[in-house]
Amino acid sequence: MSSRSELNIPEPKHSIPGMGVSNNQGLLQWISSVDHKQIGIMYLWLSMVFLVIGGIEIMLVRMQLAVPNNHLLGPEAYNQLFTMHGTTMIFFVLTPAIFGFATYLVPLMIGANDMAFPRLNALSFWMTFFGGFLLYFSFLAGGAPDAGWFNYAPLNQYNYSSSPGINYYCSGLLLSGIGTVTASVNFIVTILKYRVKDMGLKQMPLFVWMILINSFLVLAAFPSLNAALVMVLLDRQLHAHFFNMAGGGSALLWQHLFWLFGHPEVYILILPIFGIFSEIFPVFSRKPIFGYGFVVASGMAIALLAFGVWVHHMFATGLGNTINNFFAASSLLIGVPTGVKVFNWLATMWGGSIRFSVSMLFGIAFLIEFTIGGLSGVSFAIVPIDWQLTDTYYVVAHLHYVFIGGSLFGLLSGLFYWFPKISGRVLDEKMGRWFFWLFVTGFNTTFLVQHALGAMGMARRVYTYPDLPGWGILNLISTIGGFLMAIAVGLLIYLLVRSVRTAPLASDDPWDANTLEWTTSSPPALQNFKQVIPVKSTRPYRDYKRPDDTDWSRKGGDGK
Amino acid sequence: MSMKSLFALLLSRFTDPSIWRTASSQAEQIRSVGNGFLAAAAAMFFLVVGLTIFITVKFGRKRSGEGEPKQISGNRKLEIVMVCVPLLLVVFFFFWSMRTMSAVMPPAGHHKADVIITGHQWWWQAEYTSSGVATANEIHLPVGKSLLLKLKAADVIHDWWVPALGAKMDMIPGSDNYLWVTIEKPGVYVGTCSEFCGEQHAWMRIRVVAQTQDNFNKWLQSHSTDAAEPTDSLARAGATLFMKASCSSCHRIKGQDANGLQGPDLTHFASRKTMLSGIMANTPTNVRQWLRDPQKVKPGAHMPRFIFNRDSLNELTAYLTQLK
Repeated sequence: MSSRSELNIPEPKHSIPGMGVSNNQGLLQWISSVDHKQIGIMYLWLSMVFLVIGGIEIMLVRMQLAVPNNHLLGPEAYNQLFTMHGTTMIFFVLTPAIFGFATYLVPLMIGANDMAFPRLNALSFWMTFFGGFLLYFSFLAGGAPDAGWFNYAPLNQYNYSSSPGINYYCSGLLLSGIGTVTASVNFIVTILKYRVKDMGLKQMPLFVWMILINSFLVLAAFPSLNAALVMVLLDRQLHAHFFNMAGGGSALLWQHLFWLFGHPEVYILILPIFGIFSEIFPVFSRKPIFGYGFVVASGMAIALLAFGVWVHHMFATGLGNTINNFFAASSLLIGVPTGVKVFNWLATMWGGSIRFSVSMLFGIAFLIEFTIGGLSGVSFAIVPIDWQLTDTYYVVAHLHYVFIGGSLFGLLSGLFYWFPKISGRVLDEKMGRWFFWLFVTGFNTTFLVQHALGAMGMARRVYTYPDLPGWGILNLISTIGGFLMAIAVGLLIYLLVRSVRTAPLASDDPWDANTLEWTTSSPPALQNFKQVIPVKSTRPYRDYKRPDDTDWSRKGGDGK
Repeated sequence: MSMKSLFALLLSRFTDPSIWRTASSQAEQIRSVGNGFLAAAAAMFFLVVGLTIFITVKFGRKRSGEGEPKQISGNRKLEIVMVCVPLLLVVFFFFWSMRTMSAVMPPAGHHKADVIITGHQWWWQAEYTSSGVATANEIHLPVGKSLLLKLKAADVIHDWWVPALGAKMDMIPGSDNYLWVTIEKPGVYVGTCSEFCGEQHAWMRIRVVAQTQDNFNKWLQSHSTDAAEPTDSLARAGATLFMKASCSSCHRIKGQDANGLQGPDLTHFASRKTMLSGIMANTPTNVRQWLRDPQKVKPGAHMPRFIFNRDSLNELTAYLTQLK
């Protein structure tokens, strides 16, 4: 790290990483920054901005669906809105939020002063930023993409979608995809090469482990998406015919390429969350993680299996029972390492002394919500059930239980946990509780009933629906839940903005935590560490604070 | 009304139509593996919820300043049990799934399809292979017979799904898919296109009219005839207009000089209960409204607006509504 100055990187000299821009060089300093903490914070703000945009889009959609035969939105506007909602939430909310936490925390957790390639780090962020910008420019350029976030062929061809929206979808995702890949390269090198000397792989915090595994997942999955996006662009702009049957192309080829990326992507959005919770449950239960080795190994198992399950998105495309059975087996199998983690966390809490901070409340809620999403996920691996329920509102319910009840709850838990470190200020726990209960209530009100709607025959992606028995009332309940969630998010933003400006200063280690990021100041100085404490177990800071009860001296523990 | 019947009424509001109101042997078999899974999933869910509640109540911090609990970082035996129990469960369901799949969807092999159904943006075309009868959107099928449906797509990917009849199946341009169905009781079963197919995906609904073999034969008989000749002068004028105003280049009316294949077959249009894939009832008022401005009734539909005058609208409506 000492050689960094020799690289002549234009880094800010007087940086005080905060969540606001009210420091001496203002906005310019943020734009030119190559400091991992500031880039991490920018990722998080980017994610927040897109959360609001994607949220407004879906509130319009929910308003349209509140009553049967509604005419609030026409089909054209509706299709653009739900497409943009899905694309935004996956590529520009969850992904940047996860990468934001990782960019901020990985160097701190391994005792490094920055990422391996600081300028590449900035490039990754700005690629993501401009990818999102390009995607949204489509609204001004003549219409947003309207073929759904998975953009099926041949609906994505010029004949069926002649507005430029899908061109912007392709180029926007291509840009941000490159950013995601470069960020992952950066994580792999940082984690493998820049850990403090005495931190072996077995002493690595689980969050860092999951980011490492995740980065390999990204490197293997995104090329498939990027290739497919280029192929669509060629089809649309240069009259190639990869996906055009009349020219000898194949409609199903797109689905194979997309889901070969798309299913690993689901794990890309959940593995880091497993990492976050594997930090949070031990801290608030005052115990080490139950089965450190199992959590790491199951993460690797998930990453490998993730590339052999994509056809479960295509069970209804008529590939035949033999192929379907193979992918049913792999999909059922991947459910095991994923689901068993819930018991790891429960066992971590067992016998502990649990502190119910907002961060922990999200953890506890996650256990239940993620179980619902996981179980409904397993039902798709049972092919006959999938044949009935795929492409219905049951899927919409399932994926939101995984993406919100899983990924977003994890990110919110992480936000409440790391906010004092990142901003140097305390996040009001009392208002945080209001937010928690409002959000959890709204979330379940919105999505629980959608399981029933799917089983009752409501297909997804319909801009309106006939007044069949029960459909109207369940959709209305869902819309009301959506409003509760919107109010909750408003409250969260108010809470964050207010806390950044006026909340009391936080101590360096407010949660009595275990890992290295808590040994430095809150917020950390530009140089993260002047000196790093010895690392002999996965909980070095706890060992340091309690020298008579260290993990490495205890017999039978697998902390070391 | 007793509590019990009130409950039954409430429940029926939410189960009809649904994957539990089965009307075919295929749907029945899927329902039973579905119910089996639901039971196992419920057990798993309540185990997690129970444990979560128990743990949070029992192990919540009682007072501040409480010392650190015992530091336990694993238990090999428990971890093995945690992996093996779910593993056994998924293996069990894998075999149940496999058995159901081969019962519900055996390969089509050399069997001849009974009906060829083609998905169009945004309507369904049905051709009965043995008789050559063609119809659209309201598809009549006989009960008590194992039927093979051949599923095709004319433009983008569509998906055939009638929950009461069982599995859904994609219709993919350039390749044929097959679906077996053995309907058990007569009735009208609704369904919908389940793969996003563009602007009017929402109004691509299906009505399957399942009839006893006798009634089905009668229906087939009545539909294998040519279109009814118009009797009154208004309808006759409508017929002339239909052939002249290029309606005939997209729609077929058997026995007339109208052989278009882009739009639905209208030979026996007036015998259908609904129009435009379930968007509205098939009444003269609605037909007239549709002809006046298709984009207002079903935005995005591929039917152009012809700007007919009032007389022409009346004539065409009169002609179409007598095509029994």
